Amino acid sequence: MIKNYLKVALKVLGRRKFFTFISLFGISVTLVVLMVATALLDQVFAPEAPEVHGDRTLGIYQVGLRSEQIAYTGFAGYGLLDRVLRNLTTEVPAVERTSILSVQSTAISYLDGKRVESWFKRTDGEFWRILDFQFLEGQPFSQDDEKNGHHVAVINASTRDRFFGGKPAVGKTIAIDGQTFRVVGVVKDVPVLRVVAFSDVWVPISTFKSSTYRKDYIGNFMAILLARSRADFPAIRSEVAARLKAAEAGIPNPEMYKWIFGGADTLLGAFSRVLFSTNSLADSHPERLLGVFLLLMMLFMILPTVNLVNINLSRILDRSSEIGVRKAFGASSWTLVGQFVVENVFLTLIGAGIGLILAAAVLSTLNASGAIPYSDLHLNGRVFLYGLGIALFFGLFSGVYPAWRMSKLHPVQALRGRQV
Amino acid sequence: MIHLQEVSKLYRTDRVETTALDNINLDVGKGEFISVMGPSGCGKSTLLNLIGLLDEPTSGKVALDGKAIDRYGDRDLARVRNERLGFIFQQFHLVSDLSVVDNVEIPLLYRKMSNKERRRAALAALDRVGLSSRTRHFPTQLSGGQQQRVAIARAIVGRPGILLADEPTGNLDSQMGDEIMSILEDLNANEKTTIVMVTHDPRMAEKTHRVVRLFDGRQVQ
Repeated sequence: MIKNYLKVALKVLGRRKFFTFISLFGISVTLVVLMVATALLDQVFAPEAPEVHGDRTLGIYQVGLRSEQIAYTGFAGYGLLDRVLRNLTTEVPAVERTSILSVQSTAISYLDGKRVESWFKRTDGEFWRILDFQFLEGQPFSQDDEKNGHHVAVINASTRDRFFGGKPAVGKTIAIDGQTFRVVGVVKDVPVLRVVAFSDVWVPISTFKSSTYRKDYIGNFMAILLARSRADFPAIRSEVAARLKAAEAGIPNPEMYKWIFGGADTLLGAFSRVLFSTNSLADSHPERLLGVFLLLMMLFMILPTVNLVNINLSRILDRSSEIGVRKAFGASSWTLVGQFVVENVFLTLIGAGIGLILAAAVLSTLNASGAIPYSDLHLNGRVFLYGLGIALFFGLFSGVYPAWRMSKLHPVQALRGRQV
Repeated sequence: MIHLQEVSKLYRTDRVETTALDNINLDVGKGEFISVMGPSGCGKSTLLNLIGLLDEPTSGKVALDGKAIDRYGDRDLARVRNERLGFIFQQFHLVSDLSVVDNVEIPLLYRKMSNKERRRAALAALDRVGLSSRTRHFPTQLSGGQQQRVAIARAIVGRPGILLADEPTGNLDSQMGDEIMSILEDLNANEKTTIVMVTHDPRMAEKTHRVVRLFDGRQVQ
């Protein structure tokens, strides 16, 4: 039966080439846009190297400091994060590891008299144990290096190419931001969309030129906390919330700020907290962000779906005789709905196939263009499944209504060639 | 086998009410071959559609094999049409996107049977109408007579007890019309298929067992 349906579907597609082109164009272009967007989101949020433990990692990505008169929302200072995380792993066994890291900033170097900009991040030693970088050479710096202020650095492969012509770099020195560091490791490039891990050069926090950062509550730091399991998230969140509350007593400039807002979030939760300005310590409402993503996707799909519904309705006009014949020979209304939905899903899957190929081409072009530094956008199984889901959404929603209209066609009128 | 009792059919629009059939009583026995005649617009095709369960009477009763069908839902009607009835249309109504053999298979798609069984039955039906050599062709590659033979193969492939033919020779020249008529006569004589045929052609009507004449929706003979 399905074979018979598909034979008809193929013929109908071939018969009305312009409509078929418009349908496939609409489906595939929509899918390309959605799949590229999905691949981008996947690169930010999916637990992939080096953020392999992303599914059980929480972070204090941003905090708010407020008083009646003034409000700050942004990155935390090292002092605040250090106070909140101090002894956390020993006092809360659910927390396996914690790490403090700076937000990457650009740093200047001079190579043969030419100014070179690199992304520069300061981290502690635990950073390398929570994240799983692929080392091409050497090894990460340790917690001891951080504690003792050793001027060591891990660089990425592109920086090695720039500074050392691609030759082995471990043991050599690199001058950056007015300081000199000995290279101890070289890692594979990390895409810029991996906001926690990304940089060109990583050095210990303690190599800061001044130590004033140690007391600051406002700065350019964030922290990540590796839980033993996701089930521990609620307990960790409430502990972090309590510690942030307790840290209010130590605000360095109490004449300006009185209260601290923020919390331990998943990455999705952190974006949600920023977008929706959630002041609650406890919950960042990541579901709101998911809701927004879903709503945007639906809105984006409505237009081509409506278009497909119209095209499908007009395609049915051609087929009233066939509908009448099938009814006369024993097809019930529901059988006809099934037939038309199968045909439509078939059409959308062809569109999805074209969309997949186009999306792969767009992602490959994006990767090659360098528009997103070190991007490694690709169509993995997850993105493919999302694409398939989107295609099925198209197929079902754009097929069911026309199929229902078609199935309600009176057989006598259908045989006379009356229109739906 | 077919029983119509005081069957009327009205078509209503906002302004006009048209009586297509008025108080028809008709019994067709098993193995009978009857023709329905009358001028255009007298209700012949409407009568055939009511017998074929493609339309419902405004009043009166239609029964097949002793069972009244007035309480049947869409699914039951579809099942009865599939198992008991076969249709032959003046315009052939073949699906132009499907090959000859795929067209003939259509009624069997709505039965539980394997692809192989379905194909075997379709080829046998095509053989029965003398079209074994055209199974892979498409309808547009065939002559009118050949298309109508495909339509007959499609109508008989499910071995229905009743064949309903709406002017099956109306679009054919006399030689092709005779060929089609001889196939129908053969089906009636050898397989005891009950046939109700609408026709304008007295020559064809003469070959049937009985003629039912309609005029302005009323049965006149």
